[in-house]
Amino acid sequence: MTGPKIIFFVLAAAIVVFSILSITSRKILRAAIYLLFVLVAMAGLYYMMNFQFLASVQLILYAGGIVVLIIFSILLTSQINSRLDPPRIGHLVSGAVTAVGGIVLASLTILQFTFKPTDMAAIDTDMRTIGLQLLDTGIHGYALPFEVISILLLAALVGSIFIAQKNKT
Amino acid sequence: MIVLSTIVFFVGLMGVLIRRNLITMLMGIELMLNAVNINFVAFNHYLFPHRLEGHFFALIVMAIAAAEAAIAIALIINIYRQFATVSVDDVDELKY
Repeated sequence: MTGPKIIFFVLAAAIVVFSILSITSRKILRAAIYLLFVLVAMAGLYYMMNFQFLASVQLILYAGGIVVLIIFSILLTSQINSRLDPPRIGHLVSGAVTAVGGIVLASLTILQFTFKPTDMAAIDTDMRTIGLQLLDTGIHGYALPFEVISILLLAALVGSIFIAQKNKT
Repeated sequence: MIVLSTIVFFVGLMGVLIRRNLITMLMGIELMLNAVNINFVAFNHYLFPHRLEGHFFALIVMAIAAAEAAIAIALIINIYRQFATVSVDDVDELKY
C-alpha cells in the first residue's frame, strides 16, 4: 500500500460512513454536519487527484455556501432538538433494496469493464490552464458554458429571492 | 473510485427515498450530485489526463447545484410559511 492509496481508502471510508450517517441520523442538524464532513472529504479526494481549483471550489461553494444555506433553512423551519420521525418500514425496506441492488449491479458492471487510459501526456491542472480554457472560445474552450451557467445562476438567485419574498404585490 | 461514487450515489438515492423531510431530501440530492462529480473527476484524472473536460463538467455541475439549492431553499421557506411544516406528507395541496 502506497501513500496515496492509504489516503484514498481513509477518505473513501469517511465519505461512505458519513453519507450513510447523514441520511439515517434522526437529528436534522447532525445530518447537515455529516453532509459537511462528506463534502470536505470529497474536497480531499480532489486534492489527492491534483485538482486544486476544483477542491477549493468544493470547499468554498459546498462546505461554505450550500451547507450554511441548509443549516439556515433548518434553523428557520424546525427546532434544533426536535427529532425526525423514523422512516416508515415500507419506505425503509424499498429504499434499502433499491440502494443495495443498485450498488451491487452497478459495481459488478463497473468491475467487469476494463478501462483503457490514453497514452497522451498529462496536462497540468494549475490555475493558468484552467483560466485560459474557461475563457477560450476555441476547440478546448468553455466560454459558452461558462457564460450560460453565469446567467443561469443569476436567474436562479433572482428567482429564489422573489419566491422567498414575504409580501408579494 | 467509481465504485465509491456508485455507493455515494445510491446512498443519496436512498436518502431521497426514505426521508420525509424536504431538507433532508435536498441533502440526499446533494449527495447524488457530488457522486456524479467524483465520477467525472476520476475519469478525467485516470483515463484522459491530457484534457480537462471532466474538470469543467464538475465545475458546471457545482454551479448548477448551487442554483438548485438556492431555489429549493427558497421554496422550502415559502412552503413552511404556508403549511408550517416541511414534511412532504403534509404538503399535499397545490392550490388553497
